Amino acid sequence: MSVSAQKRGGFRIKGNAIVMGLYLLFLLLPIYWLLTMSLKTNTEILNTFTLWPRDLTFDNYLTILTDASWYTGYLNSMAYVVINMVISLAVALPAAYAFSRYTFLGDKHLFFWLLTNRMAPPAVFALPFFQLYSSVGLFDTHIAVALAHCLFNVPLAVWILEGFMRGVPKEIDETAYIDGYSFPRFFIRIFTPLVASGIGVTAFFLFMFSWVELLLSRTLTSVDAKPIAATMTRTVGAAGIDWGVLAAAGVLTIVPGALVIYFVRNYIAKGFALGRV
Amino acid sequence: MNKTVNQKAWFLILPVLVLVAFSAVIPLMTVVNYSVQDTFGNNQFFWAGIDWFREMMDTERMWDALGRQIAFSAIILAIEIPLGIFVALNMPKRGFWASFCLVLMSLPLLIPWNVVGTIWQIFGRVDIGLLGYTLDAMGIDYNYTQNFYAAWITVIVMDVWHWTSLVALLAYAGLQSIPDAYYQAAKIDQASRWAVFRFIELPKITGVLMIAILLRFMDSFMIYTEPFVVTGGGPGNSTTFLSIDLVKMALGQFDLGPAAAFSIMYYLVILLISYVFYTVMTNLDKRDGH
Repeated sequence: MSVSAQKRGGFRIKGNAIVMGLYLLFLLLPIYWLLTMSLKTNTEILNTFTLWPRDLTFDNYLTILTDASWYTGYLNSMAYVVINMVISLAVALPAAYAFSRYTFLGDKHLFFWLLTNRMAPPAVFALPFFQLYSSVGLFDTHIAVALAHCLFNVPLAVWILEGFMRGVPKEIDETAYIDGYSFPRFFIRIFTPLVASGIGVTAFFLFMFSWVELLLSRTLTSVDAKPIAATMTRTVGAAGIDWGVLAAAGVLTIVPGALVIYFVRNYIAKGFALGRV
Repeated sequence: MNKTVNQKAWFLILPVLVLVAFSAVIPLMTVVNYSVQDTFGNNQFFWAGIDWFREMMDTERMWDALGRQIAFSAIILAIEIPLGIFVALNMPKRGFWASFCLVLMSLPLLIPWNVVGTIWQIFGRVDIGLLGYTLDAMGIDYNYTQNFYAAWITVIVMDVWHWTSLVALLAYAGLQSIPDAYYQAAKIDQASRWAVFRFIELPKITGVLMIAILLRFMDSFMIYTEPFVVTGGGPGNSTTFLSIDLVKMALGQFDLGPAAAFSIMYYLVILLISYVFYTVMTNLDKRDGH
């Protein structure tokens, strides 16, 4: 029998399951190791090699959740990620609409130029950003990091949203205008709800790329807006690295991402299907 | 969809233009400015022309970093693209297990990049890491802080771990869009599994694959945080990629002129290669559209 995509034969299902099982094992093993280490004491980590915590402890998490210098890192990261999402969506929505509906002078070049910003290595921009934001007095603020992340997130948002908006039939716009809707009212009341799932997918990717970035957020902050990722370098103390606390901090940075994935899991495939990441 | 000509659409683009001009054009001009000037301090600059560019072109340092960077990008693309397609072909099509796989596979994508580095650092250390300890117990000489090959393998496996899911998810989405009728036709023709893949699945996912290749190329070419956390560019300079070298030069040594010249050439290389990909991609789009 030739094997088709109708994977109904018992053998095929087993083959698939083994491949997926191995791949997921490969993905989860390092994460499992981080998790176990966060539940061990430093003595156990350094002196004995154990596959699971023998001496279960939550002290590492307590350290992080009670020490202000630790948990403000999370709040700072959250703050600039949210600001960045709001700014990016606000400017990208009308632009994506224009790209999806109209042709105008230089539109194709403009679109590629926007994309080139997604290709810009953050390392190239680190120093000029530092000088630019210092000179306008925004250094070490959440807004500075949020604006810096717009460098790659705004082009991304325009790109994804344009894909979704192309899928909305143009007749809807025309009907609304005949019915006497003005552009802003049409856009907010009728059009935006139609691309709601697109906005959701876009927000997911904006969250993702702003949340995982370290180089720019570390360069642009020192104390007041320091992100958790930069705080984690603190665990290197006089007595060596505090592995337990470092692992616990790592686990806690995975949690927001995992929650977001869980809520948008049904949209992810759709967003990827548009091929606009 | 046929679009109408409307020059007023520029007003809708305007906010994006202003924002991107602020966060991209101004900094980029600063870089250009530094690349053609020299200073003796005190904020006094004078024209240096293309001296910095010439100097950077003559040093081994940039060429070495570029060579390592190209090798790294080529290796991870050669592993991640086929592996991603393979995983996508084996994913459940629908139901609970499909969501289950999607959620678990997206997990590495949402971990902050320095934590990815930390995870592999903890995982790979010979004294406390599961991987390092196991390999050491098996008698394999594995120490990524001292051994050249161990460092490279660690950095590559880490990138495969981190990003293969992205390729797999894109390919999976492409596969989902293939109508069942295609497979039924193939079954009637008694096509082999390979023929189904070669003549039905692969052509249908070419579009998303191009995007996957473009994204993976761009991001691997700019990689900084993960290898920096794990190996710090070492042992020696063996895993010092372009971004790591650039940050060392610009923020570490404050060699503004050379760093700026370096930046511009670095950016141009990425732009050039990405432009080729982008052109191929849009041409594919057009062909499919007709």
